[in-house]
Amino acid sequence: MYDPASAVRGTEAVFAAYPEVPAVVALKDLAIDAKYDRAELTITVARENLVAAGRAVQAAGYNFLEDVTAVDWYPSEPRFQITYHILSHSLKARIRLHVRLDSGDASVDTMTAVWPSANFYEREVFDLFGVHFGGHPNLRRIMMPEDWQGHPLRKDYPVEGYR
Amino acid sequence: MAPLAAPELQIPGVEDVIADAARHNGSDPTKDHTMVINMGPQHPSTHGVLRLVLEIDGESVVALAPDIGYLHTGIEKTCEAKFYQQVVPLTDRIDYLSPMSNNLCYCLAVEKLLELEIPERAQYLRVLLNELTRIQSHLVWLGTHAMDIGALTVFLYCFREREEILRIFEGVAGQRMMTSYFRIGGVSLEPPTDFYERVRNFLKMMPEKIQQYENLLTGNPIWMGRLKGIGYLSAADAIALGVTGPPLRASGVDWDLRRDMPYSGYDKFQFKVPVSQEGDVWARYVVRMEEMHESVKIAQQALDGMPSGRIVADAPKIILPDREQMKTQMESLIHHFKIVTEGFGVPAGEVLQAIESPRGEMAYYVVSDGTAKPYRVHMRNPSFATLQALETMCKGRLLADVVAVIGSIDIVLGEIDR
Repeated sequence: MYDPASAVRGTEAVFAAYPEVPAVVALKDLAIDAKYDRAELTITVARENLVAAGRAVQAAGYNFLEDVTAVDWYPSEPRFQITYHILSHSLKARIRLHVRLDSGDASVDTMTAVWPSANFYEREVFDLFGVHFGGHPNLRRIMMPEDWQGHPLRKDYPVEGYR
Repeated sequence: MAPLAAPELQIPGVEDVIADAARHNGSDPTKDHTMVINMGPQHPSTHGVLRLVLEIDGESVVALAPDIGYLHTGIEKTCEAKFYQQVVPLTDRIDYLSPMSNNLCYCLAVEKLLELEIPERAQYLRVLLNELTRIQSHLVWLGTHAMDIGALTVFLYCFREREEILRIFEGVAGQRMMTSYFRIGGVSLEPPTDFYERVRNFLKMMPEKIQQYENLLTGNPIWMGRLKGIGYLSAADAIALGVTGPPLRASGVDWDLRRDMPYSGYDKFQFKVPVSQEGDVWARYVVRMEEMHESVKIAQQALDGMPSGRIVADAPKIILPDREQMKTQMESLIHHFKIVTEGFGVPAGEVLQAIESPRGEMAYYVVSDGTAKPYRVHMRNPSFATLQALETMCKGRLLADVVAVIGSIDIVLGEIDR
């Protein structure tokens, strides 16, 4: 069974415990938080550094953007956590990048310039969470109808009754 | 009185229509000659409810935009209102052609959150059923893909063999398609006594049947003419556009999660990963046909090496006790009652579990806040990403090739829209 004490938390602790992991080397200057839990490495970067972080891990061999999604931590702030899962075919390893966004200004730069596949993933996050991606080539709703009001995967969006 | 002469019929040529349209909107008739047409969502060759808006110049595709969301049912949102064990039946309905892969991926994700050890017998059963699912899904792909191109016979042959797999599924799970057979911590029931015999018979017959399909298609000049050199996707484009699974391997990228990042005991099996360098529709056909042969081999190994023992992990607070125990032992009754009414808490954290589904890389991202309901479940579905590459594959090609390309990427709209 899972033992919470097995997780390594905090930038210094993770960077000291896994100094040889290429993602750790690449994100040395950009990371503001890190976690190594259940054999998965998570690194949080500041919003303005996201695309730079994407380019840095891509140069480090993490060549495949697997997924972009979001988690709504309503009512706490920063409310939105945008999650990028990036896979490396050569290292056979994965890294998770986090960006945290306040509800007042839920926007972040698009990753499409680094990985074109971010296009659909980011449209989905925009549609279902209402997070804006600056510079996205085609930021329209993708799942819901064009004229839909609200963003269904937000935690304050009701699951039953009238909207 | 002489009969009236029939007026001479004037049929305007295409040039006249374009010139007329151009006079009407004041543009240059030589440049303004593309047309926007709609394909789907009811078009049979779109394999569900995919709608494509195509801009065509004569017969060739200038631009293409998929419009999705017709099957969006908000499964991710529904998951947040269910206990962990109640999410399993929802996962069947995402990719309805490979329910076992979805079950497996979700169960592995929650087991990773719990760090639960799964008995070897359950792992082997899961691998065996997953490989049967892959064969079953590839049979649907082959049948419908061939039917789109005009080879109707293959469809009937494929569905005949698929029926046998569905019967095996019905035997183990009680359901043909929405199986929900896997549980967090193992599988739900011991398979019936005739299960092993049926699977053995099926695996014995299958390589010959695959050869039959190949006899019908591989050397067929129409089939080759429609598939070869169509829908080219380079390895760099495939990676940039998030393509996974057979289309990625058909573009020359040697990557299979079962071999490269093994899960559920796949490291104990010997199999080859078929790769092709050509990157066209034909290459995807070849790769999938080879994959079916390999799946038969893996399933055979799982069947031969099936260990004895428990089919669920030893975790009474997470896994329902069996009926006999529940009715005779007080403690089991309490556990049963608590799991059904309150669920079980999962330690806070987040995991991503990826598996190689028949269509590519399927991943479940599960976030727990320590309660009995998942805080967030997100599915990374291979079809959703692969659909992005459709425009790259179809641009500049003929409209009729779009149908062949859609067939070759084997999308399931249920998992695109979720």
